[in-house]
Amino acid sequence: MTEDVLDQAEAWRREGRKVALATVVTTWGSSPRPVGSQLAVDGEGKFLGSVSGGCIEGAVIKEALAAIGDGKPRLLDFGVTNEQAWEVGLACGGKVQVFVEKLG
Amino acid sequence: MDSAILAALQEARRAKRPVALATNLRSGAQKLIFKDGTEGPLCLDVDMIIGMQDMLARDESGTLQTGAGPVFVQVHNPPPRLIVVGAVHIADPLARMGVMAGYGVTLIDPRRAFATSQRFEEYAVSTDWPDDAMAELKPDTRSAIVTLTHDPKIDDPALDAALKSPAFYIGALGSRKTHAARLARLKELGHDDATLARIRGPVGLDIGALSPAEIAVSIVAQIVQARRKP
Repeated sequence: MTEDVLDQAEAWRREGRKVALATVVTTWGSSPRPVGSQLAVDGEGKFLGSVSGGCIEGAVIKEALAAIGDGKPRLLDFGVTNEQAWEVGLACGGKVQVFVEKLG
Repeated sequence: MDSAILAALQEARRAKRPVALATNLRSGAQKLIFKDGTEGPLCLDVDMIIGMQDMLARDESGTLQTGAGPVFVQVHNPPPRLIVVGAVHIADPLARMGVMAGYGVTLIDPRRAFATSQRFEEYAVSTDWPDDAMAELKPDTRSAIVTLTHDPKIDDPALDAALKSPAFYIGALGSRKTHAARLARLKELGHDDATLARIRGPVGLDIGALSPAEIAVSIVAQIVQARRKP
């Protein structure tokens, strides 16, 4: 079943939780989730949805928490050419760009 | 995303009004793009907005380069639709797999004894006759239609309406012999050969499917192919 990440993120906001939204904006090669895939993160690091099928979620959540903190949007690059991406585990051979923004 | 944009975006999504969210990836500034207007603070020139409205129509998200940096356009269209005619044994796995694949599914069967069964929970069920139901549903370019009954009284009016619509996929269950007889009847209703060629029959990809679930897989696979790799 397709879970609606944006609906969930909005519901979290209504409960007064701080929320950041991460969205896959560009993909190259065999990245596991298509453009538009989303991950919502709350102030405690609870998350829903996915931007990579598990490979880079940890790093994205860290940046999402930082965006909740300073309110600034971020554009993140992950890929085989990026050593940090190897460390966080995008071994699937693809490259993705993820936009992270604070919600509301 | 500021609260005003979020509220307007969610309102459009709930009303099943097609909308795209344009985000400047440098500044985070945003604008909602509708078929007939825009809303929000991100500055975009008119050509750029027209290009985004075109992406909305094509159901295609992506990034455009602008003078002020890259702008990501995320299309939020209502789900594509799958209309299944005939509450036969294949209907339930087909409708459920359609739901899993992201389709808004409606099952049509005027035979109430079939259509009111408790099995059908995840999708809409209509007990109208197919011609009335199709007139109500108004299939569009993002609709797929599959007939399953083998009963000309039920399948034929549905296929007649389907062929008059711009549906991207029309499939009819039945053997080659059944299908040839069906095409002859539809021809009498005034459909020419080119139009009739839109009907996939026998329906589904040829994967040797036997069980109802396997046949549903072959049909859903063919629908995905028609939409993603036309």
